[in-house]
Amino acid sequence: MATLLERLEANGISRRSFLTYCASLTTMLALPASLTPQIANALSKVDKPSIIWREFQDCAGNTESFLRSRNPGVADLILDLLSVDYHETIMAAAGRQAEAASDAAAKKGGYILVVEGSVPLKDDGVYCTIAGKTAKQHLEELSKGAAAIVNVGTCSSYGGIPAANPNPTGAVGVPSLVSNVPIVNLPGCPANADNITATFVHYLTFGSLPARDQLGRPLFAYGERIHDSCERRAHFDAGQFALAFGDEGHRKGWCLYKLGCKGPNTFNNCPAIRWNGGTSWPVGAGHGCVGCSEPEFWDAMGPLYQHLPNVSGFGVEATADQFGVALVGATALAFAAHGVAKYAQHRITAEPAAQPVAAGQPTEED
Amino acid sequence: MARVVVDPITRIEGHLRIEAQVDAGKITNAWSSGTMWRGIETILHGRDPREAWYFAQRICGVCTTVHALTSVRAVEDALGIIPPLNAILIRNLITLSQFVQDHAVHFYHLHALDWVDIVSALDADPVATSKLAQSISDYPRSSPKLFSAVKDRLTSFVKAGRLGPFANGYWGHPAYKLPAEANLMAVSHYLDALDFQRDYIRIHSILGGKNPHLQTYLVGGMSVPIDPNSQAAINAGTLAELRVILQKGLDFVTQAYVPDLIAIASFYTDWTAIGGGLGNYLSFGEFPTAATNLSKTDAGLFLPRGLVLGKDLSKVLPVDPLKVAEYISHSWYSYTVGNDKPLPPFEGETTPSYTGPKPPYDQLDVASKYSWLKSPRYDDRAVEVGPLARMLVAYAAGHPRVKELVGYVLGQLKVGPEVLFSTLGRTAARGIESQLLAEQSLKVLDQLEANIAGGDLRVHDGAKWDPGTWPARAQGFGLHEAPRGSLSHWVTIQNTKIEAYQIVVPSTWNAGPRDAKGQRGAYESALLNTPVADPEKPLEILRTVHSFDPCMACAAHILDPRGNELVEVTIA
Repeated sequence: MATLLERLEANGISRRSFLTYCASLTTMLALPASLTPQIANALSKVDKPSIIWREFQDCAGNTESFLRSRNPGVADLILDLLSVDYHETIMAAAGRQAEAASDAAAKKGGYILVVEGSVPLKDDGVYCTIAGKTAKQHLEELSKGAAAIVNVGTCSSYGGIPAANPNPTGAVGVPSLVSNVPIVNLPGCPANADNITATFVHYLTFGSLPARDQLGRPLFAYGERIHDSCERRAHFDAGQFALAFGDEGHRKGWCLYKLGCKGPNTFNNCPAIRWNGGTSWPVGAGHGCVGCSEPEFWDAMGPLYQHLPNVSGFGVEATADQFGVALVGATALAFAAHGVAKYAQHRITAEPAAQPVAAGQPTEED
Repeated sequence: MARVVVDPITRIEGHLRIEAQVDAGKITNAWSSGTMWRGIETILHGRDPREAWYFAQRICGVCTTVHALTSVRAVEDALGIIPPLNAILIRNLITLSQFVQDHAVHFYHLHALDWVDIVSALDADPVATSKLAQSISDYPRSSPKLFSAVKDRLTSFVKAGRLGPFANGYWGHPAYKLPAEANLMAVSHYLDALDFQRDYIRIHSILGGKNPHLQTYLVGGMSVPIDPNSQAAINAGTLAELRVILQKGLDFVTQAYVPDLIAIASFYTDWTAIGGGLGNYLSFGEFPTAATNLSKTDAGLFLPRGLVLGKDLSKVLPVDPLKVAEYISHSWYSYTVGNDKPLPPFEGETTPSYTGPKPPYDQLDVASKYSWLKSPRYDDRAVEVGPLARMLVAYAAGHPRVKELVGYVLGQLKVGPEVLFSTLGRTAARGIESQLLAEQSLKVLDQLEANIAGGDLRVHDGAKWDPGTWPARAQGFGLHEAPRGSLSHWVTIQNTKIEAYQIVVPSTWNAGPRDAKGQRGAYESALLNTPVADPEKPLEILRTVHSFDPCMACAAHILDPRGNELVEVTIA
């Protein structure tokens, strides 16, 4: 079996380009550059790990995101680096033969179980069946022999949209049901292809999952707030806010906080790596962050177009663990106060979604 | 006689189960079952209608644009908002590129393996493959060296015994007819299309911030600003980049997709007599060319609205969206009006009521309820929706470019228009539509550029953004032709909140179960008389079902936020 490097060389891609590519992955994973040779070594020798990718209450959005992989490319990933032994959306086999492929891979053990979509528990789980078995039955069988579980997207990580109020099907994320297997959560709606890819590469290189925060998210991708690496941050600090879609501030790329951006409460690396090969990202395109990588964001991060009322003023260095998991409903109102104060300085009189402002709270930069 | 069960149907979006009765090598009866349900519309109850698009969008990550667009159209109809022309054109560009990308992915990654035998490609001669490829198109990636590398890659796969996603396919099945060289060419283009779909969809990132799940939809317009003098808005550079990517899309469709379609289809003309199905075709029409409300008028649509009944292409009947209604006679729901009456969407109900077998199960009780999908009907008729329906309605309505393209493809295959009513017709219609819409996307970009050049920078009409300007009660619906067919969202707003929200989805039209009168849905009907050479390897079932491009997350949506009975929360 040709290794990835051999195959790339056969296609005219030099070892030098391969190393450049490995170096970019090293950066992506927030690892020291000295580890680049180790990544290159691992990827050029890799014995394809078996992947069983299961979709439950999903929309295939994370599958689609995965299919947008660029580094490594999607074809290299699904054909050469990984042995994708079960994935309903792309596999050739169907019906009995599809389940047989899953059974065969499961029997060997040591596979990575990727889960997309939530698991319904209400009414014995009849809201999602595949081959006559419920999602919960599949998960119970497949989690036993898994070396690790990768939850792609917010639904399998935390329940996601099916679990939004009133959670009609009793949907939960995988970590509510499985213990004793290392789990990494890649929340996002969907997760960014580059983060999915980097997680696999980390596993291939080091044989383990990357370090995670209390919410199970890898620090290399979810270690910083959107707000702290946002390209529009300078406008926030200068009190320059877009106040209506299409207004002058919106056209000039000013801060979207007043239009409901949830970047201050959201941990993800969208501003740094952007989407679709670095093309753009939601805030870059002109719409506020919706907080899709936070648990229960569908209920906790609303309303969509009102700015956050209660954001504590922590510094750039804070991580989600320091911040704590109770994002909304945090005590200090300083963030809102800061926004309003700057807003007034710029002689703008209308406050579309005025929030109560607590006096005497320290502002973020104080 | 044998009962053939295919669950899961793979290479689709979502969870679909087909049960079929096979007698003497042919399907004599079939049942289509959606096996997953989430309740997203229930979740919309009581929320701000301006947010509905971003919840509804999550119905599907494959059709990632369609529910967002239809949702904002429904709310705009309810509130009497017509977005600025720029927003309409940006929405068109996003939708057109969704069609091209989605159709190409369907052809190469979801459907091709029903016709292309990967293992047979190992026997191909790369030089002969190159000759074949160059004889059908000027697609540049066609050298013997390239095909040789693809063959080596496949060989190493097979030798290592780790076929990954290609394991357990029906390779060697007698229904595979392509010569080895055509198989190798198709496998090579399968790999190319993986890169194409990823690179082309950057259009969505430019105009929507990301793909999947674009984030710039807005009731009243779009949230992506236009300003030729800003680097944070659509400017001349952005427009130029869009043009380059759209042109690459057109090139790929012209040089790879359509020639491959014709080449493969020429070996399978027997499939023009299989899979015909209902013979009734519905299209809501799509692509407004001016700032209009599509719920009130179909004037100026690029693709026409209309209905073709009984395969009669001599006339196109008008469409009244208020004639849509849904049955639950064979669906796991109950209605307060009884099991056998259809309800129109504005009066719709959804109370889940599972009566199927206890999992794990081997067979559904098809005499009773057997699906999480409802059965939508138009004027009490079962109809097919999707690319074939759109192309037939446009063809019958005399759309000049559609007539040309249909004529070209049929001419290459040396067949007449009657073959369109088939499994292969559905697959061909999708390719024809891709060519048509990839061409149209560049014209829409021209129109957007001209409008901006005329000084119009508006992307949002905010006059009714403030809920204080809304009436106490408002009702509206949005219509859309999604890649998989006719989609409609129906919203009732009471005191600025969503009181009821209903969605009638393309794959529900096509994949839904029987209605109270026993009328089959489009899949169930199309499967009748489909040959099945080996009930253990029902490749032929996949061909016909895949020709519809099923999207089950869309189809098994759930309705009726008005149902208080759903509101209790149970977590084990």
